[in-house]
Amino acid sequence: MESRRCLPKGRLFARGFEFVEMSNRKSKNNLLHGECLSQVQRILRERFCHQTPHSNLFGVQVQYRHLIELLKRTAIHGESNSVLIVGPRGSGKTMLINHALKELMEIEEVSENILQVYLNGLLQINDKIALKEITRQLHLENVVGDKVFGSFAENFSFLLEALKKGDRTSSCPVIFILDEFDLFAHHKNQTLLYNLFDISQSPQTPVAVIGLTCRLDILELLEKRVKSRFSHRQIHLMNSFGFPQYVKIFKEQLSLPVEFPDKLFAEKWNENVQSLSEDKSVRDVLLKHFNVSKDLRSLHMLSMVALNRVTASHPFLTAADLMEAAQLCSMDSKANVVHEFQKFVQRKAHSIYNFEKPVVMKAFEHLQQLELIKPVERTSVNSQREYQLMKLLLDNTQIMNSLQKYPNCPTDVRQWATSSLSWL
Amino acid sequence: MQWISWKPAAEKRTMASYNTRQKTRKTYSWVGRPLLDRKLSHQTYKEISVKIEGCSTQTHIQVGQFVLIEGEDDQNPYIAKLIELFEDDSKPCSRKCARVQWFIRFCEVAPCKQHFLGRKPDAQEIFWYDYPACDDNINIETVIGPVRVVALAPDEVIPMDLKNEKTFFVKLSWNGKKFRPLSPELFAEFDKLQGEGPKCQKPRTKNAESPSWCTAENVAKRIESRHSASIPCQIPTHPAIPTARKKLEFRSFSRTPDAKISQKTSCGSLDSPRKTKRKATFSETTSHSKRPQPDGIKTSSPALKALEKTGEVGLFCADDKESPECHMILRTRVSAVKTTWISETNLTPTRGGQRSSAVPYVDLKPEYIKKREAKEPEAQNEATSISHRVRRKSSLLTLNRIRQQLRFLENDKNDQEEKEFLPSAEDSDSSSEDEELKPRTPHRVTAKIRSRSLAAQEPASVLEEARLRLHVSAVPESLPCREQEFQDIYNFVESKLLDQTGGCMYISGVPGTGKTATVHEVIRCLQQAAQTSDVPPFQYIEVNGMKLTEPHQVYVQILEKLTGQKATANHAAALLAKQFCTRRSPQETTVLLVDELDLLWTHKQDVMYNLFDWPTHKEARLVVLTIANTMDLPERIMMSRVSSRLGLTRMSFQPYTHSQLQQILVSRLKHLKAFEDDAIQLVARKVAALSGDARRCLDICRRATEICEFSHQKQDSPGLVTVAHLMEAVDEMFSSSYITAIKNSSVLEQGFLRAILAEFHRSGLEEATFQQIYSQHVALCRMEGLPYPTMSETMAVCSRLGSCRLLLMEPSRNDLLLRVRLNVSRDDVLYALKEE
Repeated sequence: MESRRCLPKGRLFARGFEFVEMSNRKSKNNLLHGECLSQVQRILRERFCHQTPHSNLFGVQVQYRHLIELLKRTAIHGESNSVLIVGPRGSGKTMLINHALKELMEIEEVSENILQVYLNGLLQINDKIALKEITRQLHLENVVGDKVFGSFAENFSFLLEALKKGDRTSSCPVIFILDEFDLFAHHKNQTLLYNLFDISQSPQTPVAVIGLTCRLDILELLEKRVKSRFSHRQIHLMNSFGFPQYVKIFKEQLSLPVEFPDKLFAEKWNENVQSLSEDKSVRDVLLKHFNVSKDLRSLHMLSMVALNRVTASHPFLTAADLMEAAQLCSMDSKANVVHEFQKFVQRKAHSIYNFEKPVVMKAFEHLQQLELIKPVERTSVNSQREYQLMKLLLDNTQIMNSLQKYPNCPTDVRQWATSSLSWL
Repeated sequence: MQWISWKPAAEKRTMASYNTRQKTRKTYSWVGRPLLDRKLSHQTYKEISVKIEGCSTQTHIQVGQFVLIEGEDDQNPYIAKLIELFEDDSKPCSRKCARVQWFIRFCEVAPCKQHFLGRKPDAQEIFWYDYPACDDNINIETVIGPVRVVALAPDEVIPMDLKNEKTFFVKLSWNGKKFRPLSPELFAEFDKLQGEGPKCQKPRTKNAESPSWCTAENVAKRIESRHSASIPCQIPTHPAIPTARKKLEFRSFSRTPDAKISQKTSCGSLDSPRKTKRKATFSETTSHSKRPQPDGIKTSSPALKALEKTGEVGLFCADDKESPECHMILRTRVSAVKTTWISETNLTPTRGGQRSSAVPYVDLKPEYIKKREAKEPEAQNEATSISHRVRRKSSLLTLNRIRQQLRFLENDKNDQEEKEFLPSAEDSDSSSEDEELKPRTPHRVTAKIRSRSLAAQEPASVLEEARLRLHVSAVPESLPCREQEFQDIYNFVESKLLDQTGGCMYISGVPGTGKTATVHEVIRCLQQAAQTSDVPPFQYIEVNGMKLTEPHQVYVQILEKLTGQKATANHAAALLAKQFCTRRSPQETTVLLVDELDLLWTHKQDVMYNLFDWPTHKEARLVVLTIANTMDLPERIMMSRVSSRLGLTRMSFQPYTHSQLQQILVSRLKHLKAFEDDAIQLVARKVAALSGDARRCLDICRRATEICEFSHQKQDSPGLVTVAHLMEAVDEMFSSSYITAIKNSSVLEQGFLRAILAEFHRSGLEEATFQQIYSQHVALCRMEGLPYPTMSETMAVCSRLGSCRLLLMEPSRNDLLLRVRLNVSRDDVLYALKEE
């Protein structure tokens, strides 16, 4: 499902790069605007695609405060802590922690005094790999040469020993960031989590364990002894802003920073963005988008697509760009596909009369490849293909819609649709 | 100068420098009054005089001096420092013994390790031998004579003018593994010795009637002490004498960490009219801090037992820096209770003669004693609840002492048998042992997280201090509310230690009820008791099932902690079985704590079986304490042969009640007004109702201090943590986030949830396919006049809700026919959707 969701995005990206190419080519004609525009696109794309800690935080000031205070206490007082940051996808969890770490590292007495370990549940899929990664990131493998990469058990006791040696006042605090925290809970016995939390609750090396997850039921995943050692601090990021704020965010995200080289252009651009945000049709687009999903990542997606339409000949964003982008973003992927391959359905319908059997079979296979239809069971390989039971993975409305879009649809297909789908 | 040897010279190749050795008989006589140690049944002295027959000269050797001791090699006799002189009545012939701190010559260091020094040693360089397992009791007759030893800084050059045969230089200490520079305390000690001048260093031959190579002061003092012993009020007025001070400090310096040999110094006096005897027990400092720090004071009078107990506990939690004072104070307290004669040797304070018993002890009392007093009612409660234990303990104490004496006798017998070669045998043994182990155990890498460059900030405000104390990792001085459990476990282990048998105990309880902490406390107390020889010494090993990668790794860990060897799991199991199941020479009992026992479950249950089987062997002397969360673990997962070996010694830790939690909080926040009383009660009740987990309780309070700090930041006055702050913390930690999540979700997501509810309502089932829900959704949208979403959008919404686990979706790629369930109760969804 996730992958299907990504499919149109991927295509849009590809299209976006074509636009970049185009704008580059055209910029030879219009040097002044071209240069500015490529810079604009670079800056804004960076802002949209990377979770840079330079961009602003929206509506999470309280949570941010909580987190930064906690990290400071670990860094300065050597107090061990554990916290979970919970929020749906795209709600800015990683951004929050990156922001907090950046601010932390800017404090002079802290930056020297802290070690960071970053783990991701999608990369460190078991404790063994995670341990190696921790050892590597703590630069402990230098201490022991290649020995540490011995057996899993040796590694483990080595690392625990190393962490146990320290104490609150003298050891350098370690910040563990566990992205996709829920996946760590699926490791065998939750050994890693138990030990991290145990360290955070015993007089050893001060650690701050920060988990990032989108699962609200995360605490239920933890074993009770692991749960008991976890401090139960949770920071929830819930996208709890309303529409006016959403528009404001949209405006700020598209605005150029003050340090943009060409002041004049930046001013014009920002004015344009300001007027866009007040435009009625733009607001409608945004409202529709807001209603579908509140996360900022989808807003970035929308702005990104719109941004790609900016060229030297078309230097400023318009409402039409945004509407087009919104349409692209919310397009039904299947409708598209159905539209293109309706002719096979059409042939199938007529197979009895017009077509050879191989042709029909080919068309049938094609549909299967596109996952428009699916065998009911996987084990039916031995049965003849003609008699396999199939599932249609389309809704009536989708077929009807696509048929309407299909310009010269044969009448018998149309008839079949109206007659048979009405009672289906 | 006379060098004395009792052995025929023919046996030895005499060397030029020691050519004064004569084939004579020597007579040894103590100088000074004996100081009786009742417990060890020997008398200690401060000085011995050696008289050679046929010669009118006498050599006086005093405690604290450096002496040459006969060894294998006549040209290089051993060098040591006298620590104690005592008479051992248990042996028939040679009763005069001495305890020494060895020095080692470079040539005595194992050849394979000599390169560790990294430079060429000087001919007269020796090393402080910091090897705890080395036997340090020698027969006095092996002493050849005094010698001079000078301490130098590691980079100092040996002064030329002192380069003669009879002076040695010590720069480094050798512990069998590496050379280290002398610790500063040690260094200061040497310096002091040298500062006292050659009087003490150089032996003089004098007449017996005036043992005057001591300072005049010393003599005067000795006489005085002999005469004034019966007058207690005079003692405090004694000036601090260097020898006495030295002795005290030596004691704590040179004591080996080996807890087996506990030294008792007797300070009773036979001619004291009151005949009250006290023992000052200097327990060994197992830590490496070489601070002179007498750890415990013990009175043999049972009436003072309770007092002594408090004293010990108080001392235990004392800071290092406070210990000299507290040492004195406790004594004064004792003397206030009971006028005792105090021997000058042991009671001369380490810090000059400023002490006087007339000073009321309240003035000097350090803070923690006050704390202790505040807690005294509590302690008394404890005492009454454990009276049976005390009774038992005192009865066992006698038995214990007898045993100890017997063991001591045995040791001495051994000593005598090999008295001639004892030091050399020991040395070669230890070094060969080292060499043998070395290739098998690769040099252990001890990795460490690098230390911070900037010191951790100490708490500045009351709230910060409170937060520090409330952290779960903060080790409390005592564990309130677990007295009964503590006693039970203590009694169990103590009885096993005293009876020298083995046994198992199973401890269960939900997380956060103090199981591990209580066991740690028990072990700590027992180790304390072992130092003062109340219980036999034992070895403590701890393993945690969660800290193992695999159940069989437990063997590896136990073996490594027991012997330092490394082996594979199978090999380790075999070695351990051999160690525990075969008869060996008598050795220490092993106490093994197995935390998170349930993780040691294997299909064949061989790990558990072995763990519980070993203690049943009589030779094993293994006490196994196991901890797990579930009460009926033995019945549930263990085979009958395993659970039968575990036995029925079970204990379960009940979750804390609200009053207990309250007590825990109050005890942690003692003398710190950071919380309102109501607030503490509230949090205790909340947690007790939820889980009874002490960790939760502490965490909530810690969070509440943060909230309080945050809210008071503007007003700039750190206030008390109120009920409101605590409620906020509780809500933050325990409130379900589902409802807020639904409230904050987008319009389409909320619509989808509505559609799910409608579909469930329609079908009467708790599950629906995506297609069904989609059609419901479209219908709902039509009804409300909203533009209805496309399939892809809806699918995205569905997967988003699924990733938050508001919905449960089956993991297959069934697309339209995907089955969806709610992960929240319908009422919650309705409630969340209604409020807008």
